Amino acid sequence: MASKWEAAEHVPFQFATARQKRAFIRKHALLYIISIPGVLFFLVFKYIPLAGSVIAFQNYNIFRGISGSPWVGLEHFQRMFAYTEFIGILKNTLLIGLYDLLFAFPVPILLALLLNELRVAIFKRIIQTVIYMPHFLSWVIVGGIIVGLLSPTSGFVNHMLKMFGIEPIYFLGEKSYIRSILVGAGVWRDSGWGTIIYLAAIAGINPDLYEAAQIDGASRLRQTFSITVPLILPTITILFLLHIGNFLDFGFERVYVFLNPLNSENGEIIDTYVYRAGLVDRQYSYTTAVGLFKSLVGLALIMIGNALSRRTTGESLY
Amino acid sequence: MIFTKAERTGHALIAAAMCAIGLSMVLPIVHVIAQSFSSSVAINTGQVTFWPVGWTTGNYGFILRDPSIWLAFRNSLIVTVPGTLINLAATASLAYPLSRREYLGRKLILLLILITLIFHAPLIPNYLLIKELGLLNTLWALMLPSAISAFNLFVMRSFFMNLPAELMDSGKMDGCGELRLLWHIVLPLSRPAMATMGIIYAVANWNTYSAAVYYINKRTLVPLQVRLREIVFADMFGSSDPNGDLLTQLSPEGVKMAVIVVATVPIMLVYPFLQKHFIQGMLVGSIKS
Repeated sequence: MASKWEAAEHVPFQFATARQKRAFIRKHALLYIISIPGVLFFLVFKYIPLAGSVIAFQNYNIFRGISGSPWVGLEHFQRMFAYTEFIGILKNTLLIGLYDLLFAFPVPILLALLLNELRVAIFKRIIQTVIYMPHFLSWVIVGGIIVGLLSPTSGFVNHMLKMFGIEPIYFLGEKSYIRSILVGAGVWRDSGWGTIIYLAAIAGINPDLYEAAQIDGASRLRQTFSITVPLILPTITILFLLHIGNFLDFGFERVYVFLNPLNSENGEIIDTYVYRAGLVDRQYSYTTAVGLFKSLVGLALIMIGNALSRRTTGESLY
Repeated sequence: MIFTKAERTGHALIAAAMCAIGLSMVLPIVHVIAQSFSSSVAINTGQVTFWPVGWTTGNYGFILRDPSIWLAFRNSLIVTVPGTLINLAATASLAYPLSRREYLGRKLILLLILITLIFHAPLIPNYLLIKELGLLNTLWALMLPSAISAFNLFVMRSFFMNLPAELMDSGKMDGCGELRLLWHIVLPLSRPAMATMGIIYAVANWNTYSAAVYYINKRTLVPLQVRLREIVFADMFGSSDPNGDLLTQLSPEGVKMAVIVVATVPIMLVYPFLQKHFIQGMLVGSIKS
C-alpha cells in the first residue's frame, strides 16, 4: 500500500543520514514497542522448539539438558527404519494420507460446481450454511457423533443394517474399518468448508464467457467443463500442492479420538505414535527424530509437487 | 433465460442431490440430540432415529450433577474467554506494526512467520519448552503457545492495510502521535474485524484438545473436550474413565449424547455470527497473502 503521506514525508530510507534514521525510528518508536510481545511469541514458541529439534541427533537426557547430552549422529533415524512397528505406522500414515487425497480432495470441487448450479439464491444460502457447519465442531464432538451413529447397540447405522437382516457390526472395534471412518469423518466435517475457496474462484469468472458460450449453443454441462473447470484449475492446483505438503500431517486429534487397542494396528499414524512413544514412554530423542523425518518428508513433497506443477501447468506456490 | 427440458431435469437432480447432502450434515446431529432426550429402553431397542422416544431430561440432569463436568466446563471457559482476549491483543499488536510502512524490517519478520506456517517443530521440543517455562499442568499451556495464529495474523494485517489511508492522513495532519492514531482511528475502525477474529479464536479455544492431552495431567485442569472424549469412549475397552461409575446407572448412550450436546451448544450459539463475517474475512486473507 503506497499511500501518499508516507512517501512525501521522508527521503528514501537508504539515502537518509544516520541521524535521520534514528529520528525516524524514534518518531515511530511505539510501533516497534507494541510489536515486541508478538515477535517474542514467534521466537519463543516457534523458533526455540525448532532449534530444540537438535535432540534428534543426541541421546537426550532430561537432567543434563541439550548442552550436556551426548551426540549420536543419525542413530535414531537408523533405528526408526529398523523397527517393524515403525514401518507399519509409516504405511498407515501414507495409506490414510493417500485415501484422503483420493477421496476427500475432489469432494469440495464437486460440491462447489453443484452449488454453483443452484439458481434459487435462498436455497443456495441455506445449503451453504448447513454444509459449512460441521467444520466448527471439534474432532472430539465429531468423534462422539460418529460413535453414536455407529454404535452396535444403539446406533442408527446398525439399526439400518438390522432392517436388511445384517448382523450389527462393531465398526470402531475392528481394524478393517478405521481408515474408512477416518477419511469419511474428514469428508463429512470439512468438505463444505473446502468449497468456499472454489466458490470464490468461480465467482471471479467473467460472465461474458458464459454468455458467449450460450450464444454458441453450449449446454450448462458443456459450459461447466469448457469454462468453469479450466478457469478454476489454477486454484485446484494450488490447493492440491498445499494438500500434498500436508500429506503426513493427517492430524493428531482426528486420529487419536478414534484410536483404541482394537483398531490401532491399522489406525496408528506418525503423530499418535510420536505422542505415545515420546510423551508416554519418554523416548524423547527417538520421537523427535521421527517428527523431524515427518516434517522433512512434508517439505520435500511440497517442493517436488511445486516443481512438477510449474513444469506441467505453470502454476506454483512460490 | 430459456431452459431446455434436459436442463430442467438436470437442475431438479442437482437440487435434490444438494438437499440430500445438506441432510447428511444435519441428520447425524439431530440423531444425537434425539437420543440425548430419550429413555434408555428406547435407545437400546433402536426406536430413536430423529425424534426423542420416551422423552426424558434425565440424561442432562445426570451430567449436570457430575462435578467433574462442571470443572471441565469451567476450565474450558477460562481457556476460551481470557484466552481469546490474549489472542486478540497479541495478534493485533503484531499485525498493526506489520501493516505499516514505517515499520522497518517487516519483510523479514513476515518471512520468518511464513516459515513457521510451513515447517513445524516436532512435539517433544515443544513439550520440553513448555516444561522449561513451568507451564506444564497449568491452563497457560493451553493459551500461550497458541496466542497468535500465523494465518489469522496475515488476515488481520491485510485488514489494517485496507483501512482508508485518508483517515490516517488527516489524523497525522491534526498532529496525532502513533498512540492516538492507534487508539482513536485504527482500533474503532477495526471493531468488526476484531469481533470476527475473536469468534474464530474463541471457537478454536473451546475446541482445544491436543494441547490438553500433551500438557495437562492434572484431573482438575482438563478442559471439556478431554472429559468429553473420556465419557464418549468410556465403555469401549474396559474402563479408561476414572469416574467410570458415572455411566453405570442411567442409559450410557443417552448420557454420552447429552454430553456431546452440552459441548456443542456454545458453538451453535456463535455459528450464525461466524457464518456471517468469517467467510468474507477468510477470503480477503487468502487472496491477499
